[in-house]
Amino acid sequence: MLGADAIVKCLEEEGVKYVFGYPGVAICPFYNSILSSPVETILIRTEQNAAHAASGFARVTGEVGVCAVTSGPGATNVITGIATAFADSIPLVCITGQVDSELIGSDVFQEADITGAVESFVKYSYLVKDAAEIPRIFKEAFYIANSGRKGPVLIDVPIDIQNAVVGKFKYPEGVSLRTYKPTIKGHTVQIQKVVKELSKAKRPIICVGGGVLLSEAVEEFRSFVEKHRVPVVSTMMGISAMPTRHPLYYGMVGNNGHPYANRAMNESDLLIMVGARVADRAISQPDLITENKVLVHIDVDPAEIGKNVGPTIPLVGDARHIFEDFNKEEFTCEHEEWIGTLDEYRDSMARVRRPNPAYVDPAEFIRMLSEAMEEDAVYVADVGQNQIWSCNYHVVKNGRFLTTGGMGTMGYSIPAAMGAKLAAPDRQVVAVCGDGSFQMSMMELATMRQFHVPVKIIVLKNNFLGMVREFQHYTYKDNYSVVDLSGSPDLEKLSSAYDMKFMRLHTMEHAQETIEAFLSHDEAVLLECIIDPMDLVK
Amino acid sequence: MKKIYSVLVENRSGVLCKVSGLFSRRSFNIDSLAVGETDDPTTSCMTIVSSGDERTLEQIEKQLNKKLDVFKVKTFDETASISRELMLMKVKYNKGNRRDIMETCEIMKAQIVDMSKKTMIIQICDVPERIRLFIGMMQSISIVEVARTGTLALQKCLETD
Repeated sequence: MLGADAIVKCLEEEGVKYVFGYPGVAICPFYNSILSSPVETILIRTEQNAAHAASGFARVTGEVGVCAVTSGPGATNVITGIATAFADSIPLVCITGQVDSELIGSDVFQEADITGAVESFVKYSYLVKDAAEIPRIFKEAFYIANSGRKGPVLIDVPIDIQNAVVGKFKYPEGVSLRTYKPTIKGHTVQIQKVVKELSKAKRPIICVGGGVLLSEAVEEFRSFVEKHRVPVVSTMMGISAMPTRHPLYYGMVGNNGHPYANRAMNESDLLIMVGARVADRAISQPDLITENKVLVHIDVDPAEIGKNVGPTIPLVGDARHIFEDFNKEEFTCEHEEWIGTLDEYRDSMARVRRPNPAYVDPAEFIRMLSEAMEEDAVYVADVGQNQIWSCNYHVVKNGRFLTTGGMGTMGYSIPAAMGAKLAAPDRQVVAVCGDGSFQMSMMELATMRQFHVPVKIIVLKNNFLGMVREFQHYTYKDNYSVVDLSGSPDLEKLSSAYDMKFMRLHTMEHAQETIEAFLSHDEAVLLECIIDPMDLVK
Repeated sequence: MKKIYSVLVENRSGVLCKVSGLFSRRSFNIDSLAVGETDDPTTSCMTIVSSGDERTLEQIEKQLNKKLDVFKVKTFDETASISRELMLMKVKYNKGNRRDIMETCEIMKAQIVDMSKKTMIIQICDVPERIRLFIGMMQSISIVEVARTGTLALQKCLETD
C-alpha cells in the first residue's frame, strides 16, 4: 500500500462521498488511488470553487466537506475558498499536493508554501513528513474540522509521501490531542444565571447566529423559544434557524437588516446572542447592545466572547448542548406585552419599496420564488445586492438558506449549490446571483453538465456591479467607477452552449407562471430576471 | 498596560511562526519574545511580553489558547513575576574610560566576559528595567553591538504552590 492509498482509505473510513478538486502532477498519486475507491470525484473548473462546493456539501449534511488540489497554483487558488469557509466556520478538509519533500524550499516548478500562506485562514494545517503518519493526521483533521468551533483544516502531502510504501493500514479509533479540548457543555452556574435573568426580564430577545445551524441545534432551539415565547432576531448566518413566518421571528438585524429587527434588539432589556460573532455587519454599534440591558453571549469559541463587546454573562459551549440543558430547566417568564410591541413594530416599520414596473422587482420576485419552493428547499444566495434582497425577502419554510456572510465571496452560490445538490439530490436547490457574481463562477456550468447536477440558477441582471454602484451612488454622488458590466455574455446563448434550459423574465407580469415552470424542471435551468439597474437595497 | 504571557507549546517546527503570526494578524504588540525548550523536550515555553488595553490583553490570552499547538497559557503582571533578561554588549574602550566602564559594571553587577585591545564584551543579567538603565549609562561610550534574550519570566512562588 502507498501513502496515496492510505489517504483514500482514510477518506473511506470517514464516510466521505465526494471529493471536489482539480488534479495536477503533485496530487496525481492520490487521484490514481481514488479511481478504485467508491469515493466519487467531481472535477471542478477552478480550485476556489472546490472549497465552495465542499462548503455547500458540508452545510447541508453536517459532515466535513473534502477537496483535493495540486501544489503551487492549485493550492493558492483554493485559499479564497478556504478563507470563506473559515470566516463562516464551515468544516472542510483540504488536501493539497506538494513537491517532493527533498525539494521543498528550493522554488521548484509549482512549489508554494501553502501551509504558511494559509495559516491565518485555517483552524489547523499539516505538512505530512512521514507516510506512516497519514492515518493519525487524517483522523485528527476530520475531528478538528468538525468539532468545537468548526473550520477548515489543510493537509499538505508531498508527492514522495504519496508514493511511499506504507505497512499495514490501521485507522485510529480516536484522537488524543493534548492541546485541543473544546468546551461543549455549558457551565451549570452560568446556565442558572441566564435562566434567572430570563425569568425576570420584561423585554427579552434572542439574536441567533450561524452557530445554531452548525451545531445542529435548530430543533432544541425552536422548542426552547416556543416554550418560553422568547422573540428571535437573526444575523445573516443565522437565517433559517427560524422559519420566516414564525410569529416569534422578527427578521435579520444589522445595517442591511430590517429596521424593526434592530429596534427590537436595541429596546430589549435582555439580549441573548447565540452562535454569533457580534461582527460589524450585524452590530454596527456595539454600545447599543450593552446599554441598559443584560447581555448574554453564548458561543463555543471563548475568544468570540468579549472580542467585540463585553457581555454580562458569558456562556461557553455548543448551542445544541446548551439548549438541551435550557430545556431541562423549569421556569416561567411573562412578556406578552413586549411581543405585542414587537408585532406592532413589524407591521409599521417594514421597508417600503417603490419598484419600477418596467422591470422585475427583485424583492417581490424573491418572495414569490421562495413561497413557491418546496418545504425543505435549499436557497443559496450569492454576494451583492442579490444577497441583501435574498436575506430580507426570502421566505424560509423548513429548508436552508446558505450564503457567505463573513467573507462575502462573490461567486459562492453556484459551486455551493452544486455541493448542496450532491448532498441532497432529492431536495430543490436554487442559486440566486447577480450578473457580476454569476460571471465569477459561470465556468461551473460545465461541471453541472458533466456530473448531472441539476441546480437551478437565477441571475438578477442589471448590467452593473449593483452593490458597489449603490455604494458609489450614496458615497460618491453617482460618480460610477468600474461598475459597468456591459460586455457580459448573452445568457441564452451561453445556456444553450452548456445544454441548459433557459428562461427570461422582463417584468412581474408573468412572474408566477414563470417561477412555477422554472421550479418544475427536473434538469438544470437558468432564469434571467431583468431588474432595474438603478434599484437600491436601501 | 503590560502583561507577561508564559505559553507552553508543542516543540514542533512552525509553531513559533504560528504564534508570532497570530500577533501580527490581529495587530497585537510584541514587546519581547523568548523561546526555549522546557524540561520536557516535547514542549517549548514562549515568554511573550505584550502591552495594550484590557480587552486586547484578554484577547491575546484567548487567541493564544485557541491555537491548536498551544496547551497552556499563564498570564501575569510584571509585579507578580520574577523576570530576567540577559544582554551581551560589545563596546569600544580606551585608556581614558576603561576604569569608568569597569566601575559601572561593578555597580550594575555586570561582567566583562571577553576583551581585545580595543573592544570588550560585557554580560549583564537583570530585570528588564535595569538592563535599560545599563544601556543608558553606557550610551556615552561607543557601543558596537548589543544582543538581548528578551524577557524570561516565571510567576512568583506562592504559599499555595
